Amino acid sequence: MCLAIPGKIIKKINSEQAEVLLGEIKKIIRIDLLPEVTKGDYVLIHAGYAITRINAKEADEVNRAWKEICS
Amino acid sequence: MKYRDEYRDKALCQSIIRRIKKLTNVNMNLMEVCGTHTVAIFRSGIKGMLPENIHLISGPGCPVCVTPVSAIDHMIALSKMDDTIIATFGDMIDVPGSSSSLKQEKAKGADIRVIYSPLQALELARKFPQKKIILVGIGFETTIPLLASVILETVNSSIQNFYLLSLAKVMPPIMKELLKSGETKIDGFLCPGHVSTIIGTQPYQFIPRQYHIPCVIAGFEPVDILFAIYCLIQQNINRKPVVENQYQRAVREEGNPVALRKMKEVFSPVDSEWRGIGKVTKSGLDLKPEYFSMNARNFIVEIEKSRENPECRCGEVLRGVITPLYCPLFKKVCTPENPIGACMVSSEGTCAAYYKYQ
Repeated sequence: MCLAIPGKIIKKINSEQAEVLLGEIKKIIRIDLLPEVTKGDYVLIHAGYAITRINAKEADEVNRAWKEICS
Repeated sequence: MKYRDEYRDKALCQSIIRRIKKLTNVNMNLMEVCGTHTVAIFRSGIKGMLPENIHLISGPGCPVCVTPVSAIDHMIALSKMDDTIIATFGDMIDVPGSSSSLKQEKAKGADIRVIYSPLQALELARKFPQKKIILVGIGFETTIPLLASVILETVNSSIQNFYLLSLAKVMPPIMKELLKSGETKIDGFLCPGHVSTIIGTQPYQFIPRQYHIPCVIAGFEPVDILFAIYCLIQQNINRKPVVENQYQRAVREEGNPVALRKMKEVFSPVDSEWRGIGKVTKSGLDLKPEYFSMNARNFIVEIEKSRENPECRCGEVLRGVITPLYCPLFKKVCTPENPIGACMVSSEGTCAAYYKYQ
């Protein structure tokens, strides 16, 4: 039940809603738990709500570290 | 899909598995406490790829499964009231109560709607102002801020017919309960990634400090899970248990402060009943007195005395004491078509996962 999927904010409609791109599908989601998001951010969406912003820098660093350990 | 496909890299997975195999021959029990992890582990076949000494065990991480029979009987009793619509997340509808289920009540005429988001319950309240809309609020910290958000939205609107039956549960107290009981040997926790996006890393600190058990917060793709397993084994070998965040792209140390603030504004901790475990101190959340008028517990209904099938071993499955293979009902009497216990109903239930994948 804690499933959340990544989506890209393509338009911030107001302080509560934004339009996101999920793969190739556009959807309106709620952003009132994550009001600081801006266009271009990737977020994790749970049951119609953005719950966290994906940190691209952290993601890249961790990926690099994993690949180094496994190389 | 970005931030998903790269964590399904087959070559990287195989490389991590090779590393894991070289680490140790010692037996280790690593417990996941999130139903979404359970499903991801089974679906990706991780269990079968690990060496025999590394045992993945499932804990009480599926909100549908941990909801006790008495709570289901309460939902059923509420559904029998006049002019009432029960809004519930999908799997809950099939879970057997003492003598009925929400699905059976629906067949008899009760108005029970399956929703995907709490927002849909609010839409129902707007659409049917003459009806009482009761949202069955199950879920852990990932979902609780959403419940808080719809309650606050109701307060700020003219809606008068929206109610919540809060069955919300929080994760750290139940992890403590498992460790305190000592019933299951746990050598590491795969901590729930999406719960952690909300609560952050701090609430798990007592686990390595008091119980010397490693914790790794993990994402849900195969690379995420395998790397977390690798880190848990490493921590055991080095005997330096800590809370490690391997889901840094989504989890911050402080969690989601806005979500936490909304949760605190709406809910207060209560002792809560868990299926097969019993009452656990401050492991649940109920509406604060300020939201008394929206609390579905205020409806006076006759709830039948709860009873469970004595042969069902969901409780032991949820505590990680046995796997479903040791339950006498599993696959014989209890199947997804005819579930006896909640762990077979929910798509995230351990019994359902064993049935489908093992």
